[in-house]
Amino acid sequence: MDMLTVIQKLCAGLPWTIALTLASFIAGAILAIPLCALRSARNAHLSYLGATVILIVRSIPPIVWLFAVFFAIGQHVIRLSPFAAAVIGLSIITAANLAEIYRGALKAVPKGQSEASHVIGLSAWQRYRYVLAPQVLRISLPSASSYAIGLLKDTAIASAIGVADVALIANQLTQQTYQGLQIYAWAAVGYFSLSFLMAYVSRAVDSRIRMRIER
Amino acid sequence: MTGTFNDWVEWFPRLWDGYLISLQVAALSLIIGIPLGLIWAIGGQAKVRSIRWFCVILVELGRGGPVLILLQFLYFGLPTSGLTLSSLSASVAALAWSTGAYTSEIIRAGLNAVAVGQREASQTLGLSRADTLRIIVIPQGLRIALPPLLGFALLILQATSLCFTIALPEVISAANDIGSETFQYMSILSLTGLMYALICIPATLAVNYLERHLGKYD
Repeated sequence: MDMLTVIQKLCAGLPWTIALTLASFIAGAILAIPLCALRSARNAHLSYLGATVILIVRSIPPIVWLFAVFFAIGQHVIRLSPFAAAVIGLSIITAANLAEIYRGALKAVPKGQSEASHVIGLSAWQRYRYVLAPQVLRISLPSASSYAIGLLKDTAIASAIGVADVALIANQLTQQTYQGLQIYAWAAVGYFSLSFLMAYVSRAVDSRIRMRIER
Repeated sequence: MTGTFNDWVEWFPRLWDGYLISLQVAALSLIIGIPLGLIWAIGGQAKVRSIRWFCVILVELGRGGPVLILLQFLYFGLPTSGLTLSSLSASVAALAWSTGAYTSEIIRAGLNAVAVGQREASQTLGLSRADTLRIIVIPQGLRIALPPLLGFALLILQATSLCFTIALPEVISAANDIGSETFQYMSILSLTGLMYALICIPATLAVNYLERHLGKYD
């Protein structure tokens, strides 16, 4: 099989890889908000509960989460497509990691911001919505985007439950043609290019926000 | 509930055999990978351009692609070029490469965090560059890098679960076999998750403790 055919076939997996990354990142970023709230709660029991959830999620390998969602939930609760199962599994892991990133960012917002919001009489909701959340988002952007690049690489694990992403296509092509050397090399090039693209976009967004803030 | 418990007792020996292989692969990868990381960290700052580029390229290749692709490249891809690895050696090679690549960044940060005065003082004492590195910078740098290195070791233990895709009979593949025989996926996967958690949770807490008490340099 020639080079162009290999590249063409692998490209068919790119939309799945991109969709997996985007969907699990967005779902994880939203799920992380209540988890971060729980972890940063003033009540020690609640905060302890949040810390325990995060610790447990991060202590179990991603592939176990994906299998658990795909096979166990698929068997007992509702049949899931491999893609849906992968997104659920990956977004649980993303939520745990992003919750810690948000928490770090929340601590990095100067205390004066909270105090000033009290003084001008904002409600708790307003304080979080208009004062803290935008700053947390900005501070956590660099770490969140490097996590997203790590997540892109983790999506390859979804091939183990049958999502037709780049990794699965590379695997199938290799079984068919025995030309694994060039196939996997091109698959790696695909992941490299995507992560460079993500790094570029996040840097561009970051410097844009910085310019707007510092003006 | 007793049914689950009896199942677990029955399955445990098979899972345990797999878990030993996981632990073995993780240990070998770290034993080979961390020295590689140290060499690449130092080589990446070498004065000779060819050495520097060689190290940087190996590190970027190891960090840039998914570990899964690296594993399958070594196991399914290399035979194309005439070099066939067993699944155990392919697993160790891929994970050691990945360990070397990631830890070289951790170690580089550790070495750079050693106070400049230490290097200046060794120069004043007349130590050669090699001796300065060996006696002064590396021991202090590794001490600073210890907590993140331990944290990374846990990630590698988790990453061994991917070796199941190249037919290594480790814990996930044992769990998968049992699952497909008994259809008790929820139960067997919970037991598997528990086995990882039993090592990773205490170890994470220990690393956090170390970070607070030992990480700071002075």
